[in-house]
Amino acid sequence: MIQFLNLLFRNRLAGLGAGMLVLILLIALITPVLPLPDPNITATADRFMSPFSEGHLLGTDHLGRDLLSRLLSGTRLSLAVGVAAALIATVIGSSIGIVAGFLGGRTDNIIMRLVDMLMAFPYILLALAIVAALGPGLNNALIAVAAVNVPFFARNIRGVTVGLANKEFVDAARLNGMSNGQIIFSEILPNVLPVIVIAMSTTIGWMILETAGLSFLGLGSQPPQADLGSMLGEARAALITFPHTSVVPGIMIFLIVMSINLLGDGVRDAIDPRLKSGALSRPLPATIVERKEVPPTPDKDLLSLQELRTEFHVGERVYKAVGGVSLKVNKGECLGIIGESGSGKSVTALSVMGLVASPPGKIVGGTVSFQGKDLVGASYNELRSLRGDRVAYIFQDPLSTLHPLYTVGDQLIEAMQAHRSVPQKDAQARAVELLEAVRIPNAAQRVKNYPHEMSGGMRQRVSIAMALANEPDVIIADEPTTALDVTVQAQILSLLNDLRRERDLAIVFITHDFGVVAQLCDRVAVMYAGQIVEEGPTAAILDDPQHPYTKRLMACVPELGGGKRELHAIAGLPPAVDQLPQGCAFAARCEFAQEVCRQGGIMLEPKGERAVRCLFPVNADQIEVTL
Amino acid sequence: MNALEVKDLTKTFEVGKTLFSRGLGVKAVRRMSFEVRDGETLGIVGESGCGKSTLARMLVGLLPSTEGEIKIEGKVQDKASPREFGQMIQYVFQDPISSLNPRKTIRQIMETPLKRLHGMGKAERDKRISEIFASVNLREEFLSRYPHEFSGGQAQRIGIARALAAAARILILDEPVSALDVSVQAQVLNLLADLKLKFGLTYLFISHDLAVVEAVSDRVMVLYFGTIVEVGPADAIFKQAKHPYTKLLANSAPVVGRPLEAPKQKGDELPDPLNPPSGCPFAKRCIYATEICETIDPALMEMGEGHFAACHNPIRG
Repeated sequence: MIQFLNLLFRNRLAGLGAGMLVLILLIALITPVLPLPDPNITATADRFMSPFSEGHLLGTDHLGRDLLSRLLSGTRLSLAVGVAAALIATVIGSSIGIVAGFLGGRTDNIIMRLVDMLMAFPYILLALAIVAALGPGLNNALIAVAAVNVPFFARNIRGVTVGLANKEFVDAARLNGMSNGQIIFSEILPNVLPVIVIAMSTTIGWMILETAGLSFLGLGSQPPQADLGSMLGEARAALITFPHTSVVPGIMIFLIVMSINLLGDGVRDAIDPRLKSGALSRPLPATIVERKEVPPTPDKDLLSLQELRTEFHVGERVYKAVGGVSLKVNKGECLGIIGESGSGKSVTALSVMGLVASPPGKIVGGTVSFQGKDLVGASYNELRSLRGDRVAYIFQDPLSTLHPLYTVGDQLIEAMQAHRSVPQKDAQARAVELLEAVRIPNAAQRVKNYPHEMSGGMRQRVSIAMALANEPDVIIADEPTTALDVTVQAQILSLLNDLRRERDLAIVFITHDFGVVAQLCDRVAVMYAGQIVEEGPTAAILDDPQHPYTKRLMACVPELGGGKRELHAIAGLPPAVDQLPQGCAFAARCEFAQEVCRQGGIMLEPKGERAVRCLFPVNADQIEVTL
Repeated sequence: MNALEVKDLTKTFEVGKTLFSRGLGVKAVRRMSFEVRDGETLGIVGESGCGKSTLARMLVGLLPSTEGEIKIEGKVQDKASPREFGQMIQYVFQDPISSLNPRKTIRQIMETPLKRLHGMGKAERDKRISEIFASVNLREEFLSRYPHEFSGGQAQRIGIARALAAAARILILDEPVSALDVSVQAQVLNLLADLKLKFGLTYLFISHDLAVVEAVSDRVMVLYFGTIVEVGPADAIFKQAKHPYTKLLANSAPVVGRPLEAPKQKGDELPDPLNPPSGCPFAKRCIYATEICETIDPALMEMGEGHFAACHNPIRG
């Protein structure tokens, strides 16, 4: 709660709105005890007195009634009616939405079509029709305004509920013996409540305005009773000659609606969880770079990373996602980066082309050199000209990386034309060629397909074709086969391997699967808590892992053909990257760890072709004893 | 005694149904029959779209079957509600975090089955929760926290603890470790093995990872296009696969030390569920397919001890 208020008042406008609203509410509350004249007593002799006249601070209206006391009692009434209408609309609309969304099927269909019918009328017409049918009066205006707003809530809440009704925790609740009613109250409602609050806080201002509108037209409050709308309506005739009679209620309506809307927007932003991670603002086109010193750039490798550091700054916390990674890859070579979730392997890959979302991401040190040129700190235009042209990415989920509304052919052509002007006809021919290159049968037809018309494996082939479109030098593949079935994975891997040999491509392959690394990669780097703990030729590392983490991790992976057995596990969890220990990050889980492991940084010690970041590397003799 | 018996179980979904037309029937599960022995772990493998999730949801009563019979511990479940199923068979979900209501504390989550299924009082519930938490190696201080405060492995333990609280003797484990990192995966798998011994549980273990399934199962069932294509002892089914599809699966799994080469198959598209082939659904991808495969859908036949396959041209040897 305190956290929520902090978040809310960080937004100054919301604070202003809240302050103003509290003030108005206070005044409205104490109105009956204030020493004010009766708002309904007429005194025609004193009509249209101007503001600040004796006894009438805001003057009087066309019947000589005191404007201040009418304003305050009108505000009371307008607020009460508006809030009541909002509550009624919220309760009824949300109930309809939850029931429709949760039950689904025919019930949902019938309820929502009825709601659609309500929505098909212009809402002010509908409100007028309801008041016309029920007769004028404040209560009927309240009913009309509530009824008109029910569909808005019903639709909004239904949408949220449909998403929740298929969640696994709802299934679990069913299996635990809860009835539909119990599930709605204890599982669904707490999860839609924030949405209801947001919807209400952003519409309550509208409802006050709509009630005032009906009163303005003479359909709401009836004379002599004052509410803000009817005050405006009565002052209309004297708008030019005595403007203060309309300006006074006008300003009050403005203040109320404005303050409620400012507060409502603030509440929405504060409840919306995306804001809490600082990700609500759109990320910049390239990652922010804040390097203290610029290290020299080595130039002999195609792509090399030197002591790269990428951090995420969220509030007070600093997540050191990549803590000094050095890697290199050359033509025709495949480098595997293996690690568990949170080890920093994907952030490393994204940092290469400045694709880490900023804010909150920042590159704070090191270099990424491509053909001898430092890309960290390069201008956006420079990065853009390389992205997808010289260095291409393949991501895990092709369904979310391909645009659903364009044919795959158009997307391939776009990838080419983004970098050079290719005549449409040549580009089309080239798109077919590319699909053939990734072994898509019947490529000439397939070019015209939309992504949803293809299977997962075919879509991933299209992503690979897109990566190949500009004959890149380096392909960075981030878990490209993880979302695929094994039979399809085998095909994609062998395709990538063939392409690498045919085209002399450099591939950086990110995965968590040792089997995949073993089959595809020449060299492998094992990452743990943002650092490389071991690196070297794949065969050497798999045969004789020297870092205890590599060794234990490999033992965790069951291999096909071993029969039923107990598996080796690593006790504990990796450290959170915002609370990295001093010394070795693996020490807490390592059976060989000694006091010295927990002090100070441990370097990645090169040894021939290999390197290991460990003070007590495992050697072959120890294996038998420890496992 | 069989913990679970399934006979001719079928599920047909209607697609393209409008207010005026009936729509087309898509068979997600096609006449499956199998049994799970008491205390056994039956592994179920298959690729996306093979019907394994539909099968699992029918077994726990979350989805009504179109045809067929489910017998749990000898009793036919015809019109049972999830509530009645819940006391006999429970489910552990793939995504541990989304299977826990984000707005409830772990204690509230754990109490639901005890209260709703077993009508326990407060004191009794607290005692039972302590026992269960001890058996899944979770600290009791976790009970007052919310799901988002846990890592995937811890959340999965909580999911398992909830399933244990229902005191069902059969657990359906639907990809219970595929969302977890390998180092944590092994922790959870070993925990499941311990619990099985301790409480005499029966598992149906669904996974797409052949190596994991082989490591935990007694028997393995391979599904393809809504039917069982092969079922047999875990130590034989991948080593001496009889069905060409099982062979293809086994050869596709990446293995350290095996050269990279896509295993042989003709096409890789699954048959169209709206227009299922008349013969063997795998025939179009199968390198051993003959004429008969295009016309007659093979039935399961015994091809070794406890080893059945549905194939006209099984792999010998």
